[in-house]
Amino acid sequence: MSTVGLVRLVLDGMRRNMRQYGMLFALGLIVALFAVWTEGDLLLPRNVSNLVLQNSYILVLAVGMMLVIISGHIDLSVGSLTAFVGAVAAVLMVENSLPWPLAVLLCLLLGAAAGALQGFFIAYVGIPSFIVTLAGMLLFRGLTEIFLKGQTLGPFPRGLQNIANGFLPEVGPETNYHNLTLLLGLGFIAVVVLQEIRDRRRQREFALEVLPTPAFVLKLVALAAAVLVATLLLASYKGAPVVLLILGVLVAGFGYVMRNAIIGRHIYAIGGNLPAAKLSGVKDRKVTFLVFLNMGMLAALAGLVFAARFNAASPKAGVNFELEAIAASFIGGASMSGGVGTVLGAIIGGLVLGVLNNGMNLVGIGTDWQQVIKGAVLLAAVGFDVWNKRRVGS
Amino acid sequence: MAGPVLEMRSIGKTFPGVTALSDVNLTVRRGEVHAICGENGAGKSTLMKVLSGVHPHGSYEGEVLFEGEACRFRDIRASERRGVVIIHQELALVPYLSIAENIFLGNEHARRGFVDWTATLRHAADLLRRVGLRDRPQTRVADIGVGKQQLVEIAKALAKEVRLLILDEPTAALNDEDSGKLLDLVLELKNQGITSVIISHKLNEILRVADSVTVLRDGRTVETLDVRDPATTEERIIAGMVGRDLDHRFPERTRYAAPAEEEEPALEIRDWTVHHPIDQHRKVVDGVSLRVRRGEIVGIAGLMGAGRTELAMSVFGRSYGRHAGGTVLKDGREISTRTVPECVEHGIAYVTEDRKHYGLNLIDTVGRNVSLTALGKVARHGVVDEHEERRVAEGFRTSMNIRTPTVFETVGRLSGGNQQKVVLSKWIFAGPDVLILDEPTRGIDVGAKYEIYTVIDRLAAEGKAVVFISSELPELLGMCDRIHTMAAGRLTGEFLRAEATQEALMRCMTADRSGTGGKGNGRTGAGEADER
Repeated sequence: MSTVGLVRLVLDGMRRNMRQYGMLFALGLIVALFAVWTEGDLLLPRNVSNLVLQNSYILVLAVGMMLVIISGHIDLSVGSLTAFVGAVAAVLMVENSLPWPLAVLLCLLLGAAAGALQGFFIAYVGIPSFIVTLAGMLLFRGLTEIFLKGQTLGPFPRGLQNIANGFLPEVGPETNYHNLTLLLGLGFIAVVVLQEIRDRRRQREFALEVLPTPAFVLKLVALAAAVLVATLLLASYKGAPVVLLILGVLVAGFGYVMRNAIIGRHIYAIGGNLPAAKLSGVKDRKVTFLVFLNMGMLAALAGLVFAARFNAASPKAGVNFELEAIAASFIGGASMSGGVGTVLGAIIGGLVLGVLNNGMNLVGIGTDWQQVIKGAVLLAAVGFDVWNKRRVGS
Repeated sequence: MAGPVLEMRSIGKTFPGVTALSDVNLTVRRGEVHAICGENGAGKSTLMKVLSGVHPHGSYEGEVLFEGEACRFRDIRASERRGVVIIHQELALVPYLSIAENIFLGNEHARRGFVDWTATLRHAADLLRRVGLRDRPQTRVADIGVGKQQLVEIAKALAKEVRLLILDEPTAALNDEDSGKLLDLVLELKNQGITSVIISHKLNEILRVADSVTVLRDGRTVETLDVRDPATTEERIIAGMVGRDLDHRFPERTRYAAPAEEEEPALEIRDWTVHHPIDQHRKVVDGVSLRVRRGEIVGIAGLMGAGRTELAMSVFGRSYGRHAGGTVLKDGREISTRTVPECVEHGIAYVTEDRKHYGLNLIDTVGRNVSLTALGKVARHGVVDEHEERRVAEGFRTSMNIRTPTVFETVGRLSGGNQQKVVLSKWIFAGPDVLILDEPTRGIDVGAKYEIYTVIDRLAAEGKAVVFISSELPELLGMCDRIHTMAAGRLTGEFLRAEATQEALMRCMTADRSGTGGKGNGRTGAGEADER
């Protein structure tokens, strides 16, 4: 295979996934820009660690929001629900001294119930999700204030704090690096590489076209290198944050479900063309209901992480979180009309916003200008997508 | 008077990877009705888009002369200012505005930015009289049928001082009566000096109204025929369209042998009655009973609004209207068809007439569309095996001859005929015993039709029971073993293939309309349902 052919093949692959590669490229650009601007501070191990911690709850919400938007809906209630679950968690653990694992379980169930309630009205009663969740936004915000009586409540038990602020434990000999993080990173690389090789072999078996060997090796090396750099950065500070592990599990799990599980396909189908999905035997109501139930549960998780990170439940927690999560989804490739988007895209979109936030903080841009810039980025990202689609489509 | 009103000279238009038009010539004489026909993908619509400025000047080759002057339209507004107005197949009306508001949309009678209602209504009433519509100009467009909406579109064109009217398949969604009225209007406008270009698949209509017809094939002009010449017949035009003689429009049907002993029908519908979803007193389907055996193709012939689609969709998971009685039996046992998944479970498939809205997820890939109804077949423990899924899709791509670069292509990018093959594939993959096909060849070209007929024949030969709903009588006569006629929600006749003729079928399809007495507006009710 000639170099020209190779380049063409790679470009072709990129064009097919323009949106995702485009955003990944943009993310890289933003990282590089701020790395230079902050004279390297952005990529200091401590800051990378911080970046993960700061954005974890938005990323958790973005994963759920992506599913909601793919199914053709929207959820405006997640910010309030986040605060509400945090408040309930505080009442359970701080006022009633429940053991934290039990309280966490109850809170997740509460979130699922809240999501299910909204899902019921949306899927089975047929009220548009915008309205149901707008009501939920007001309702849960109000309930939060009632529960907390307008006060901030804390502190939380150590165990819970660890989820949001803790790191994986130290094990093994002194190596200047965090051993467990290194192991996890290497393990992750191994899994990804094996998976790719297995996929390629299956594709060969079915006599399907595959990337030529040099391009494939190049792809593997690039993947491994990216993971390795991130691993080393984290391992040279305190190691991988616990919440990163949680996020990793969520992304892998939901990514797999959306790609390969029947329910995932059904979510894409109802978002892409609801009447056609109905006539194809997709149980659209059940699927919609489950999507909102899941969103509620993830909002609860985000609420717990947020409360634990600041070690207090506040009536003003989670304000505008729904908008951040929605913005992350759209930056990451979702479409307003549904049927399009990936879980990984939501994470990339969330990271774009997160790096922007963090970088602008480091260089001392005020929150006023931060808002302006984030708005412009959202508009530019979606604008680029629309333009790109029209160019390809004509 | 003499001299062409429009000349398009060696028009060429390419899209990335596809040549849509090359060296197309079209000359339209002043005051004539000029028909354009050709298979789907022959370039008719592209040609009209070049003419009306949808494809702006500079994006195509060749030149356009309108009334002797070279035209360089930048957009639709520019062409409309010159009096070239195109009416698209999908009507561009706003349903919740009145007829008058629609007529003058973007072209309002206004003084300093405020609508002058007196002038608007008076002018609208004039225009409605010209197109022969007796409704009040204040009526909402949503409240009138498609046939009348088409007339409103024409009134809208007249309001723009139209000099050349382009109609893109104007009668595709109309029943015979409304089609007739529309075609009369085209002739009436011709008398008033308005030149028309009409794109149509219906050759009998072309022969009725057109003065000349230009045939396109594969983006090229084949010929222009004078319709008054007695040698210009339907067969003659078809020969030009397909470039081969079409004696064999249907595959030789593998003959259906009636079962020796009286076996249970694969599907039996008894006394099926359905009410209109909103107007509960209106019976859209009225006491229909129907039996289909294995290996049999049973046709349902009916005009638009007869309740055919409503019958099929209400049986299939009660996807239409309010159920008001009747049972469904599969292989002699009564089954519940309350939901779509239940129907699929029982081996019933419904292939919709409206593939874009009810059949396909247009933004998803060919492969994923094919597997959607039966994901369980390519999955284990709820997890889809993508490789297996791809293999299945490749299989259908070959066996159904779906023309697509890869099975990862977005379905929305395929042509109508290939999209239809994807819908069929999807339901064949579900592995049904009974297939209800609703207008399976609507809006697709002659070649693709033949392929679809072959598939249907194969399905019957494999022992599947097929219900074939169509408004094209020749295809029913060519394909079915038995044909029911339907009118105003009732079955009005049953014919064996041997005894059926177009005339006899048509009589039964129109017979019952006036004779239904008490529920006389059943027809309009079903008509609205058709539009949905």
